[in-house]
Amino acid sequence: MTKIELNDISVSYITGDFSTIGLKDVVIQKIKGQYKPKEFVAVKHVSFKLEEGELLGIVGSNGAGKSTLCKVISGIMRPTTGTMAVRGNIASLLELGTGFDGDLTVKENTFLRGAMLGYTREFMNNTYKAIIEFAELEEFEDRLFSHLSSGMKSRLAFSIACLVNPEILILDEVLSVGDGAFRKKSEAKMLEIIKGGATTLLVSHSLEQIRRMATKVLWLDKGNQIAFGETKEICDRYAEFLNGK
Amino acid sequence: MIKTIKEQFLKIKKHQFLFEELVKRDFKKKYKRTALGMLWSLVSPLMQLLVMSVVFTHFFGQNKPHYMIYLFAGNLTFSFFKDSTNGGMNSLMQNSSIITKINLPKYMFLLSKNVASLINFGLTLIIFFLFVACDGITFSFRFFALIYPIICLIVFNIGVGLILSALFVLFKDIQYLYDIFTMMLSYMSAIFYYTDTYSHRTQVLFHANPIYVYITYFRDVVIYGYIPGWKTHLLCFGYACIALLAGALIYKKYNYKFMYYM
Repeated sequence: MTKIELNDISVSYITGDFSTIGLKDVVIQKIKGQYKPKEFVAVKHVSFKLEEGELLGIVGSNGAGKSTLCKVISGIMRPTTGTMAVRGNIASLLELGTGFDGDLTVKENTFLRGAMLGYTREFMNNTYKAIIEFAELEEFEDRLFSHLSSGMKSRLAFSIACLVNPEILILDEVLSVGDGAFRKKSEAKMLEIIKGGATTLLVSHSLEQIRRMATKVLWLDKGNQIAFGETKEICDRYAEFLNGK
Repeated sequence: MIKTIKEQFLKIKKHQFLFEELVKRDFKKKYKRTALGMLWSLVSPLMQLLVMSVVFTHFFGQNKPHYMIYLFAGNLTFSFFKDSTNGGMNSLMQNSSIITKINLPKYMFLLSKNVASLINFGLTLIIFFLFVACDGITFSFRFFALIYPIICLIVFNIGVGLILSALFVLFKDIQYLYDIFTMMLSYMSAIFYYTDTYSHRTQVLFHANPIYVYITYFRDVVIYGYIPGWKTHLLCFGYACIALLAGALIYKKYNYKFMYYM
């Protein structure tokens, strides 16, 4: 069954209107007749289809539109043009470390984040201990979140997020958190979810990781879809492209 | 219409846990790292009242009966409006790092801010009734009528908050404009002066100010001992509906545009 289908999706941002350059400059530019809010197209004409249980690796350099594409598929943003169909409940884990509240304790933040990810209170009460254990933060439960180190923060973020049980899973740079040992542990945990049958989108800068895990690969560059297809072929081409730079 | 309202309620129910956690966070954060903590929601209105009553009774010679209660009713209502709408205005931008990463209904953040303000208002209301009792006004069942303007005011605050938060995303200058606007509104709401010396036309004009209508309802019930007529009820309801409707429409229309400015 096709889980995700994108037809000719484009996403553009508006830049250079009054909210970014200020009213004064807008007026001056209007007088000069030069005023036009620019459109920045972050994703251009992307189309692909993903079947149930597949794992799509998304590669591309910075600013290729990978994160924007993830936001569109998870429903946070609407595509400017194009149509898409996404079937099944989605868990999107984008830039996990952000959105926590430094003024609250680790425990309070854990519950808040769990609630945001759609867990129930019961579930959180039952699994809270396991989350803290997995994140290795037993001694920090009642500390303020802002007192944690950045590695600890992302460990906590991952530990809460990895309890999702979705049909579609979107991972944006999620697997590269913590130190080496934790990274191994987190990858194993994610593989468990993926093996549970979730259709997965994985954004990663580690080509080695993509080769190992993905069944399909999408290569984006400056918003353009360069290629979509089998893992080996596209990873080889992308590696060649990176070497040639 | 009814169907969409029902859907919204189901959505809220689905996110109930999140909503509770957000309310907890907003309320805790309000007085985090202050020495008095939650006590501030009691101390702050009392101090305001003290200052205002000293200024207006001693320097401006207001000495009508129950002036203290008159002042308190005005200040209480206006503070709730100001606190609630200011919180609402900031609610989207403050949570922008969450909104841009996790797909959640955006108005949840606004509603939780409003509930946090409401708790605050509730605490102040208790003090208000203590003052009322001390001032020799006897309690009666009539006081339960106050539930009506309070509910209307809550809805009105949510509506105004929706409008402001949307504007604030697109147009950051609104925070300074709104500051000045609330100051102007506070002078126009007859918080510390009486309107009965004005001409009939001016008195009618005062009713164009929603906050004045809500404050008047409070005073009529508590100080003057009667429940206002149907016109006042209609006004209270009308202002609340208009604000909520306008806010909801803006959200519906620009919901996905907010992202570009966060």
